[in-house]
Amino acid sequence: MGGFLPAGASERAEMLREIGCGSIDELFSPIPQEVRLKGLDIPQGMSELQAQRALRAMAKKNKVFDTIFRGAGAYRHYIPAVVGSVTGKEEFLTAYTPYQAEISQGVLQSIFEYQTMICELTGMEVSNASVYDGATAAAEAAAMCRERGRGRVLVSSAAHPEVIETMRTYCFGCGMELTLIPERGGRTDLRALGGLLGADVACVYLQQPSFFGSIEDAEEAANLAHAAGAKLILGCNPIALGLLRTPAECGADIAVGEGQPLGIPLSFGGPYLGFMACTGKLMRRLPGRIVGETTDGKGERAFVLTLQAREQHIRREKASSNICSNQALCAMRAAVYLSAMGPGGLRQVAETCLSGAHYLAKRLSALPGFQVKNEGEFFHEFVTSCPVPPQVLTKRLEEAGILGGLPLGGAHEGEVLWCVTEMNTPQEIDRLVDVLKELERGNAK
Amino acid sequence: MSKLIFERSVEGRGCSLLPESPFERTELPARLCRGKAPRLPQITENDLCRHYTSLAQRSFGVNCGFYPLGSCTMKYNPKVNEVAASLEGFTEVHPYQPAYAVQGCLEVLDTAERYLCKITGMDAVTFQPAAGAHGEYTGLLLIKAYHHHRGEDHRNKIIVPDSAHGTNPASATMAGYAVVSIPSAPDGCVDLDALRAAAGPDTAGIMLTNPNTVGLFDRNILEITKIVHDAGGLCYYDGANLNAVMGIARPGDMGFDVVHLNLHKTFSTPHGGGGPGSGAVGCKELLTPFLPAGQVEKTGEGYRFAAPGECSIGRVKSFYGNFLVVVRALCYLLMLGCEGIPAAAQGAVLNANYMMKKLSSTYDIPYPGPCMHEFVMSLQSLKDDCSVSAMDIAKGLLDRGIHPPTMYFPLIVHEALMVEPTETESRETLNEAIDAFLALYEEAKENPQKLHEAPITTPVGRPDEVKAARSPVLRHRFGEE
Repeated sequence: MGGFLPAGASERAEMLREIGCGSIDELFSPIPQEVRLKGLDIPQGMSELQAQRALRAMAKKNKVFDTIFRGAGAYRHYIPAVVGSVTGKEEFLTAYTPYQAEISQGVLQSIFEYQTMICELTGMEVSNASVYDGATAAAEAAAMCRERGRGRVLVSSAAHPEVIETMRTYCFGCGMELTLIPERGGRTDLRALGGLLGADVACVYLQQPSFFGSIEDAEEAANLAHAAGAKLILGCNPIALGLLRTPAECGADIAVGEGQPLGIPLSFGGPYLGFMACTGKLMRRLPGRIVGETTDGKGERAFVLTLQAREQHIRREKASSNICSNQALCAMRAAVYLSAMGPGGLRQVAETCLSGAHYLAKRLSALPGFQVKNEGEFFHEFVTSCPVPPQVLTKRLEEAGILGGLPLGGAHEGEVLWCVTEMNTPQEIDRLVDVLKELERGNAK
Repeated sequence: MSKLIFERSVEGRGCSLLPESPFERTELPARLCRGKAPRLPQITENDLCRHYTSLAQRSFGVNCGFYPLGSCTMKYNPKVNEVAASLEGFTEVHPYQPAYAVQGCLEVLDTAERYLCKITGMDAVTFQPAAGAHGEYTGLLLIKAYHHHRGEDHRNKIIVPDSAHGTNPASATMAGYAVVSIPSAPDGCVDLDALRAAAGPDTAGIMLTNPNTVGLFDRNILEITKIVHDAGGLCYYDGANLNAVMGIARPGDMGFDVVHLNLHKTFSTPHGGGGPGSGAVGCKELLTPFLPAGQVEKTGEGYRFAAPGECSIGRVKSFYGNFLVVVRALCYLLMLGCEGIPAAAQGAVLNANYMMKKLSSTYDIPYPGPCMHEFVMSLQSLKDDCSVSAMDIAKGLLDRGIHPPTMYFPLIVHEALMVEPTETESRETLNEAIDAFLALYEEAKENPQKLHEAPITTPVGRPDEVKAARSPVLRHRFGEE
């Protein structure tokens, strides 16, 4: 089929004539005959209608839950209509990285605005233009902290398991050593952290709120890390930052996080957005694209990609990272989301999540066998015990059209991680509780 | 001058989006709460939309005009891809839904994997990497894990030709390798003697872009992969330039063990101003035990994620990669199929050769053709004769509504402009661009000053990059600081 090719056979022949070439095949003459493919073994091409039909059929095989009480790193929040409208603009959608500043001022300015918003949200001084996701942001942040004699990374067991795995992979790559800090009641065991810190530790990574939803004492963690000469990286939920003390207020050196809650749909896990901000001191170690403000020859304000001396296309093997693409369009989604919400809206989302989660916790606690496991405060996620095997519970909920909390593994086997956002209504929670009561009755029989 | 969104903000304004919280209010202790609210914009939806419309008007995508940015494969992005990626059945799916409830997503990954295996000659593909450089990194970790597993950790060097993209050596360093840079031969291809001298018992592998960054298919490709394999190393194929050869020749048949693809280049997904992309990595069977978690397998009861192998490198990203980008690429693959894929490569090579031919009597082409999907011009003599640089010509193109080629790359060509027209451009578009290049050449001779001052029709002139780097202003300051 197509290939979106404009030239027909006669036009191709004319072009070949002008090139001075007998056939298309001749253009490929440098490719040795031994490696020429005799025919590509995939199905024949489809029309647009057929392709769309095929993909619609696949999309239909997925179950879209109306009610979701599952977060664990991917959160269903309300996405204002304006977000998709802005990021669907083809000048943004079909542009490459803004290398040619003069015709890319719009994209560059949008990134500059995004950087400002991330700085405001985290309280940090410098933000980059984004990285792939929260996990790679954490891994890149750990690499930023490496110093001569300091090659160990302490990572909280209360961080997202996939973030830990990603950090472990990156450490395997660059030869840093990753050590887990134990967790208690959903929070990092800070006494254990004190024991693990030493002169060989480059940095400490904590997630705020933790994977289990608990609010960490990040300030104490920062004090401990700094006393040992190490840096603190805080992985933050950006919605929680509408309420919580900022990483800067806690004394973090680097703030990272998964930006998906900021206007990015669940999308089966991606594309998402890694945000990354740091103190002014660490600015030149920050990986990824950074946009700066300057002027043109006439003194007009202009924006450019800057501090490129850090980057791979200049520094090659000595670059601070290999990163080249970021998640520009996702960063734009986040910026439009934050602009639409404004400071008041963001706070409202955060407060509704917090209140809703506590309402659910209260309702669940009233049922036999559901005990909240978090010690201390939690934000919009929390862990409970479960009177039946969690998979039995979630299966039953799914039959009722509800994606329930996430059954946990490892040390938390038998427990469930629940999440509430502003998308959940009290009626949904009532219905959830009704199904659980039925389940319990069925169990009792 | 366009205002920043913060400069449009007025205290108390906003959009009407959410109801009051229906829940009894929970308060956090003050010690846990932030001291002051973030200074986010306070703006009506109308002003918000106009702000971004004004930014869009000062941006340039493939939809706006010709974009022959070498190495970036700025082909047309079919709109049906966007329709597919916005289906609710894909966008509203939680990554931790049970397998039975995500059969469609798994079918997308499995189908795309099968297509890409056939196109690359590989045995498996992971979609976890989010971009080309991320794919390079993942591929190198596979190589590292392979050697580690065989007790050959002493293989600590990666060979990279000096014509490679900067990401190659940077990725190798991140993967813990020392980089051995080898010079290119006078014909622009790998210098076989230099390669033989570099390959040895400490070689972990080679990273090669083929067609290479001067737009040539390396005639000695089979010899290259043999030299590296004979030394015990593995061969990594940087698929940045796969658009030239897809459906014509396969990295797997050239002797490569692992390859990354840029779905956002070769397979038509939009670049979004710098992402999200997808750097899918394919590998031969000898490397599949090391793949990251998240490989899809088909069983009697449908699709599911296979448990990661014991020797897996782990994970390089959360969840399963940039899934919606894979949906777009699959849509494109389904449409092109077995005839369309090679036809697209042929079209790309035809267009590049056509442009090169028409420009070659005026501009210096350091590595004469036939080229593959792109070609490189050197403006060194123009610079010597009339002090007009590659940068000046590029900026002159801006005034003619054309996105400039990649500038000053590859590093082995002085005053380089790297032109990649792609297959989706018509002959008329190519002719207009050719005329623009030729006119700029004349202008360089007659009125070089005019080109030093270009561009003059864009929203801003050349920004002061030195100032930007020397005294960095990386965020808005809100006046009072």
